[in-house]
Amino acid sequence: MNSLLANTPLVMEEETWELRLYVAGQTTKSVTALANLKKYCEEHLKGRYQLEVIDLLQNPQLAEGDQILAIPTLVRKVPQPIRKIIGDLSNKEKVLVGLDIRSLEGFGKA
Amino acid sequence: MSADMPSSAIVLPSLPKAPTGIEGLDEITDGGLPLGRPTLLCGSAGCGKTLMAIEFLVRGIQDYQEPGVLMTFEETADELAANVASLGFDLPAMQAQKLLRLDHVHVDRSEIEETGEYDLEGLFIRLGYAIDSIGAKRVVLDTIEALFSGFPNQGVLRSEIRRLFRWLKDKGVTTIITAERGEGSLTRQGLEEYVSDCVILLDNRVIDQITTRRLRIVKYRGSTHGTNEYPYLISEDGISVLPVTSLQLNHEVSDQIVSSGIPALDQMFDRHGFYQGSSVLITGTAGTAKTTLASSFAHEMCRQGKRCLYFAFEESPQQLVRNMRSVGMDLGTWQDQGLLRIEAARPTLSGLERHLVTIHKLIGEFKPDAVVIDPISNLISVGNLAEVRSMLTRLIDYLKVKGITAFFTSLVSGRNIQQEMTEEGVSSLVDTWISVRDLEGIGERNRGLSILKSRGMSHSNQVREFIVTSKGIRLLDVVIGPTGIVTGASRLTQKIQEQALSMAQQQELERRDRELERKRRVLEATIANLRTEFESVEEELRRINDEENTRQQALSSGRQQVASAFPSEKNPKLNDNAPQA
Repeated sequence: MNSLLANTPLVMEEETWELRLYVAGQTTKSVTALANLKKYCEEHLKGRYQLEVIDLLQNPQLAEGDQILAIPTLVRKVPQPIRKIIGDLSNKEKVLVGLDIRSLEGFGKA
Repeated sequence: MSADMPSSAIVLPSLPKAPTGIEGLDEITDGGLPLGRPTLLCGSAGCGKTLMAIEFLVRGIQDYQEPGVLMTFEETADELAANVASLGFDLPAMQAQKLLRLDHVHVDRSEIEETGEYDLEGLFIRLGYAIDSIGAKRVVLDTIEALFSGFPNQGVLRSEIRRLFRWLKDKGVTTIITAERGEGSLTRQGLEEYVSDCVILLDNRVIDQITTRRLRIVKYRGSTHGTNEYPYLISEDGISVLPVTSLQLNHEVSDQIVSSGIPALDQMFDRHGFYQGSSVLITGTAGTAKTTLASSFAHEMCRQGKRCLYFAFEESPQQLVRNMRSVGMDLGTWQDQGLLRIEAARPTLSGLERHLVTIHKLIGEFKPDAVVIDPISNLISVGNLAEVRSMLTRLIDYLKVKGITAFFTSLVSGRNIQQEMTEEGVSSLVDTWISVRDLEGIGERNRGLSILKSRGMSHSNQVREFIVTSKGIRLLDVVIGPTGIVTGASRLTQKIQEQALSMAQQQELERRDRELERKRRVLEATIANLRTEFESVEEELRRINDEENTRQQALSSGRQQVASAFPSEKNPKLNDNAPQA
C-alpha cells in the first residue's frame, strides 16, 4: 500500500463509525454475525463505533431503506461510502477488508 | 392477507384463475393466469415483459379490485411510473390509494461483500411487508434474475429463489415473474425449473426489417390453453393479444342492405346490394378498376350520409381524390363534410401489428359505417402470407363484431386469369367476392366483372363487361354471341352483325308483303274479270229470256186474232194446242 492511499484513513480515524446489522429474529446466523461483529469492533474500533441491530421481523418497513435482501447484512453507514457485508461474518479477513478496517490498522502499526 | 382462496374452486372443476384483463390473453389462457400461483413471463429484450406484467397489476386493481405489489429489480419506481404513464396507467395515484405498492430492489455487486452463511430472508420480509400492508392479491417480480448478478453464491441464491416461489404459493398471491430469454433455454438462469405452473414466452422477431411481437403459452399446468403463437400489440391502451381462433363466431348480423354504388352491380345481387356489416372482397389484376370500384362504394356510403374510412396503401389522399374526380366522383366534398376519411400510409411504414393498431384506433375514433382497405395484397410486403392472413382474419372479425361493412381490394397475379384463390387466402373469410379481370381478345383488353360468391343471397352468374366513364363505372348490357358472352370489339361486331341481320330480315319481310299484295291484286283482278264475264253472260241470258217472252206473247196474241177470225170449226183444236206453245 503506497503512502498516498494510506493517508486517507487519517481523516476517518476521527469519525465515529456507524454500523447497522440487519437480522431477522434470533437465528443462528444472526446470533453468530452479531457475536463476530462485536468481537471485531472491540478489537479494531474500540470506542469509535456505534452499532445498531435492526430486527426486520419487528420492523419490516426498514428493509427497503437500506436495500436489504440478504440476512444477516452489515451496513457501514459512516464513513462513506456505504458498504454492505452479507453473511454471518465468520471470515474475519473478509469482514475487515469489506469494512476497510485493515488499512486503518496498517496505518496504526506503521 | 392469508390464503383466502375463492370457493369457486369447489363449484368449478377447472383450475381457479385470475383474469389478467389484458385483451385477448384471457381468451388464450382460458380465463387467466393460475390463481395464487407464479407464472413465468420470459422473452428477449424489448418485447414488453415489464409492460405486460404491469398491465396485469393495473387491470387487477382497476377491473378486479385486487391490489398489487410490483417489486422491480431493474428500474426505479419513478422510471416505471413515467414509462407506463403514456398508457394511461397512473401508478402514483394507485400507490396513494394504497392499491399498488412499488418496491425497487437495488442490487449492486460492488457494494456487497460476502462472508459466511446468509439467506434472502430480507427479500421475503420486504415482499411480505409490501403484500400485507395493502392486502395484495397480485405480485410482479420484474426480472428477478438481476439477483444473480448481485450475489456470487449461486447455490444459496437458487435454493432461496425456489423457497421464494414456494412461499409466494403459500401466500396465495398470483405472481408474474419476468425473465430474460436465454440461449437455448427459456431463461438465462433456468428459472423455468422453479416455476412450473404457467410459462408464457414473448418473442420479438424481425423479418425483413419489420418487427412482429408474438406470444406463446409454453405450458400451463392443469388447464387448457391456446397453443399457437399469437401476435400481440403494444398500443396506446396497453397490450392487446388478438387470437384468431379464440374469437367466437357469434356476432350480431344485420339484414340491412348497402349499395355498391353502381346500380347495375346492385342488380346482379338478389337483394340489390351487400349486407350491412358483411365483408366484400374485390380481386383483380392490375388496372382492372379495383380502386374505382372501392371509391364508388365509399362515395355511395357518403352520399347516403354514412361514415366511411378509407385506407389507401398505394395512393395519397390527394391523388385518390384527384383520380376519382376524373371519373365523376367528388370525394373531396365528403372529406370536407367529415363523412369520409382517407388514411394513406405505405405498408412498409410499420409492421402488420402496428397497421392493425392504427386501423383499430381509427375505427374507434371515427366510428365508421364502412371501411375500405385498398389494397390488402400490398400488406404482403410487410409480412409473410400466414401473418397477413391472420391479421386480416382478426381485422375482419373485429369489423364484423362492430357491424361495419368492410370493403377490400386485392391484387392478384395476372399470370393466371382463372386464379380464383387470393394470395391472402382470405376468400373463405369474406362474404361477398367480386372478381374483376381483363378479358383479352384480339388486340384489345376489356374489363369484366363477375360475382364469385355472395353469402346469403343469390346472384347473377354472368361476366359483365364494364367501362369506366367520366360519370363513373357503367356496366354494359349482356350481349350473347354464338360462342357465349361477347365484349369489346366483338361486342360491336356482334351488334353490327345483328343489325345487318335484322335489316335483311326486315327487307325479306317487306318483300314478302309486297309479293302478297301483288298476288292479292292479281286475284282481285281475276275476280273482277270473272264477275264481268258473269255479268255479261247473265245479261245475255236475261235478254234471251225477254226476247223469248216477247215472242211468246206476240205468238199468243196472233193466234187469238186468228181464232176470232175463224171462231166455229177450228176453235177447240186450237184451244188444246195453246198451252203447249
